[in-house]
Amino acid sequence: MGWVTAIGLLSGLSAGFLYAPRDAVQGNVQRIMYLHVPSVLTAYLAFGVVFLASLAYLFSQRSRWDRLAAASAEVGVVFTGLTLVSGSVWGKPTWGTWWTWDARLTTTALLFLIYVSYLLVRGMVEDRERAARFSAVVGIIGAIDVPIIHFSVQWFRTLHQPATLLRPQAPTMDATMVFTLLLNVGAFILFYIYLTRMRLHLTQLEERT
Amino acid sequence: MYLRRAWAVFWKDSLVERRSKEMANGLFFFAFLLLFLFHFALGPDRARIEMAFPGLLWLGFLLTGLLGLGRTFLGERENDCLEGLVLAPGDKSAIYLGKVAGGVVLMLLLQVFLLLLFTVFYNLEMRKVLPGLAFVGALGAIGFAAVGSLFAAITAQVRARELLFPLLLLPVVIPLLLGAVAATGELVQSHSLSAARHWLALLAGADLIYLTTGLLTFEFILEA
Amino acid sequence: MVNGHWAIEAQGLWKEYGSTRVLQDVSLTVAPGEGLVLLGPNGAGKTTLLKILATLIRPTAGLVRIAGYELRRDADAIRRHVGLLAHGSYLYEDLTAVENLQFFATLHGLAVRKGDLLRALGDVDLGGDADQRVREFSLGMKRRLAFARLGLQRPRVLLLDEPFAGLDQQGIKRVEDSLTAFKEEGAAVLMVTHNLGHGLAMADRVAILAAGRVAVERNRHGLDPEALSALYTTHTGDR
Repeated sequence: MGWVTAIGLLSGLSAGFLYAPRDAVQGNVQRIMYLHVPSVLTAYLAFGVVFLASLAYLFSQRSRWDRLAAASAEVGVVFTGLTLVSGSVWGKPTWGTWWTWDARLTTTALLFLIYVSYLLVRGMVEDRERAARFSAVVGIIGAIDVPIIHFSVQWFRTLHQPATLLRPQAPTMDATMVFTLLLNVGAFILFYIYLTRMRLHLTQLEERT
Repeated sequence: MYLRRAWAVFWKDSLVERRSKEMANGLFFFAFLLLFLFHFALGPDRARIEMAFPGLLWLGFLLTGLLGLGRTFLGERENDCLEGLVLAPGDKSAIYLGKVAGGVVLMLLLQVFLLLLFTVFYNLEMRKVLPGLAFVGALGAIGFAAVGSLFAAITAQVRARELLFPLLLLPVVIPLLLGAVAATGELVQSHSLSAARHWLALLAGADLIYLTTGLLTFEFILEA
Repeated sequence: MVNGHWAIEAQGLWKEYGSTRVLQDVSLTVAPGEGLVLLGPNGAGKTTLLKILATLIRPTAGLVRIAGYELRRDADAIRRHVGLLAHGSYLYEDLTAVENLQFFATLHGLAVRKGDLLRALGDVDLGGDADQRVREFSLGMKRRLAFARLGLQRPRVLLLDEPFAGLDQQGIKRVEDSLTAFKEEGAAVLMVTHNLGHGLAMADRVAILAAGRVAVERNRHGLDPEALSALYTTHTGDR
């Protein structure tokens, strides 16, 4: 698993930085997209897993769902952080500023805050079962809040690029670009699974001692 | 039966608050203080204050509400009353509903007080916007109280509760703040809410979602 | 036994907090109309055991059945039949005595009238203090008011944690008498205490809890106070 992930990431990123064509308008900076887009998708995937695992925990009271939610949240926060950083690096030359109060950027930042506080709750409750139940509730509220945050922030102001790939019309990207992007998305998802499994394994070791 | 139990919680909390006045005095004083802070932050220019009014008003609600809602379950810590609530058989969400009702009333009182302060100290003309503002205020109060009561039940059982409560609540209620500020801004400009209809829909939708989630998940927080 | 059930039944209870074992393989039973006094020094796990039986704490392992209901499945049904007098009084200091009872009754879905509330207060000698705020009560009065809730609730199982703490001689006598009355109506009574002096009158059996285990269990009849305190010292190392 580790090797497959490593190979996937390596080939994905090298394809992104070497093989895919230069963007006509944005130049080489655009290549950050191969990092940025997969990490934000992976972060959403991770928080989706937190939501489902939290629900599953509350219904079944089985601690493995709680451990999965916790591991996925930690990895998700890391990917959200990566998204924000890569977004800033992209934003500086493209928009001329490290940070703009654009809708999707702001939503992602709020997501980061929500799941950091999710992890804080876990750390602050001594009783394991209580920590699990409290954080499950926070995880569920957080996930349900994402669309509400998204709409409200979007209406407030917007200047992000329109979503390119998930649009119903034909993609405006070069075919090799699309391929490279999808390769990276796949590699990042593998990376997510790998990290989450490692984290779960670590939790088990912690509990045994 | 369910509503009677919710009412009992609301009745008990209002009685305790009416007698101790612990929270009311502190919060009203805090609201007063906020007004001075706003004044010093923005300077004496009246046009600037008028422009910032929707944001300031809701920032005031948010900060006072944060202090007030955070105390929702604090009174239950004395004499282990929280344990007593856990022992009550039947649907726990009735307790939540009673607490939310108390939170809504508290927020509405704070809003009236803050509006009064704004009118007097900044000399703003409120009469034309008052009905619309009451509507937006009620929508905001319900949402804040719904999420606030849920998180307050969590943080009342946690060590670093003063810190954790705002950290949990603030990011989640950002949509309420945005919607209320935008709707209030529209109201101040055009004296009508018709241009802010989508914001009102968002506020009402958010209220409904928060309240439903709270009712469904509360039993997991108030359980052994 | 009601429908062939013990009123209180615990089998192989374990409770661990991290690596600390609070209860180790505790088993006990109490029949309807029976009284069991569980003695033990501080830290023996008495309160933890009582809170597990009252559905406030989940055991790490083991089976609990109260009034025939299984703890894991039917905690809510158990709550309808259990009256708990815990260390905390569960009283709101800014409510009056009668308001506290009213709140308790409504929250527990008990059908009571004002007259019932006043009668319950009279039963614990608080009839004259019904409209006093609890904040002005002495420790003993608060204790008696907490006890008055059991009179409203009329539970099938009574769980008591040091019920005599803070009571004067008259109060102790009152509580002992009403415990006997509860038993005669068919309720099971489980009382935990570190005080060998009180409550033994209503006990049918006595058990000693030491370091999370039931060290010994005896029929109370034929156990005189000296023999009991010798037994207690042997098993707990406590005088």
